[in-house]
Amino acid sequence: MTDTAMIEVRHVKKSFGTLAVLKDMSVTVPRGGVVSLIGPSGSGKSTLLRCLNLLAIPDEGRIRIGTHVMEFGKGHRMPKDRDLAAFRSKVGMVFQSFNLFPHMSVVQNVMEGPVTVLGRGRDEAREDALRLLDKVGLRDKAEAYPDRLSGGQKQRVAIARALAMNPEVMLFDEATSALDPELVGEVLTVVRQLAAEGMTMVLVTHEIAFARDVAETVIFMRDGYVVEEGPARQVIDAPREAATRTFLSHFHRGTSSPAPA
Amino acid sequence: MPYEWDFSFLIQYSRLIAVGAAYTIGFTILTAISGFTVGGLIAMVRLSGTRLVALPLMAVMEVFRCTPVLVQLVWVYYALPILTGVELAPSTAAFITLTLYGASFFAEIIRGGITSIDLGQWDAGRALGMRRGALMRRIVLPQALKRMIPPLVNQVVLQLKNTSLLSVLAVPDLLYQGQLITSATYKPLETYTMIAVIYFIILFPLTTLAYGLEKKLAR
Repeated sequence: MTDTAMIEVRHVKKSFGTLAVLKDMSVTVPRGGVVSLIGPSGSGKSTLLRCLNLLAIPDEGRIRIGTHVMEFGKGHRMPKDRDLAAFRSKVGMVFQSFNLFPHMSVVQNVMEGPVTVLGRGRDEAREDALRLLDKVGLRDKAEAYPDRLSGGQKQRVAIARALAMNPEVMLFDEATSALDPELVGEVLTVVRQLAAEGMTMVLVTHEIAFARDVAETVIFMRDGYVVEEGPARQVIDAPREAATRTFLSHFHRGTSSPAPA
Repeated sequence: MPYEWDFSFLIQYSRLIAVGAAYTIGFTILTAISGFTVGGLIAMVRLSGTRLVALPLMAVMEVFRCTPVLVQLVWVYYALPILTGVELAPSTAAFITLTLYGASFFAEIIRGGITSIDLGQWDAGRALGMRRGALMRRIVLPQALKRMIPPLVNQVVLQLKNTSLLSVLAVPDLLYQGQLITSATYKPLETYTMIAVIYFIILFPLTTLAYGLEKKLAR
């Protein structure tokens, strides 16, 4: 369905001190693909996501995003600040706790990347930012400061801020976990819209129903390994592995049949 | 017989007192700026994590934090020239001492302000592709400076009071002028009362400002 892979993770390992969090991870995401990472906390899914934009630097392995390749481990030097920054500017990330810049207005938050990192002109960047805010339904909040926004609005601004860099890939790290239940929908709507536009995305999520709905592929991780990987509906509705079944049994899935015991 | 207070004689010393106030304020401003600059550099080095440079710096800082300014002043003026062979003018020695003393406290305030910024802010800046300098300048420092203002103002208040110790090196600050006037008039009560009032007049607005800022920024 797609020509080449957009994201290629090969044999990535990552430890924090003596704790091995990722033990030989390999993942491929096709161009325009949407992959959801699920698994219990401590399974390494957030670390994997952070490795994808090098907020966590892998100890070993190879990561390719688009045409940008980074290799780690023996024979490879620690990447320089400049190389890390260049790589990250191509990868958008949305965080669980939003991490908007509180000292900037909404539109300034969205302009910040293009102006500071890409050196774009303020007027041009502002226009783009307003267009993106329109897209996430927050044009009228452009001059507000983050502390005036609801969680759902904050997260939509954060998505616009990431999109402003024109990323090749978007990463969502439990983007709805900090939201009140009634605010989850508005964020998921934006994510669904991005998927429809063909954005390549990796989502770490606890929204199992959403993962099943939006992702083509679901990867179930545990203890730093991939336990099961496959088409979203298959993994969630009919998991092959016992560990996946056990994990999924903790979730109520609104639309589909009750979880098997 | 009760003591007869009489402040009128101080009028003739108003020029002397003005010069003293100018020295006190001037030294405070100069050493606040130089101390903040040096302190900022120390904080950056400590945060950058190069321990080889950071450890000796921390050692020097601790010496300045854990000894009295008066001892430092005397030591820099009398002992340092013996070690280095370079004579220092009293005001130079005073400037060096107050700069380093201030820097050792400013460094901690600045470092504390920077480390108080949520790690998510660093993540967000990095994720946009910001390099270290831009991250500091655009994201971290604007937020950190706001939190640093109240303790920085407090430190400047202390710095101003510490300038009174410069009198031991015969730098003509407010207190030294007071001593001069006292030895000429034998009226220490009025003179030192007057000096104290002047310190208060200079500092009270500053502490009020610090208090106000603290309340405003605490929201």
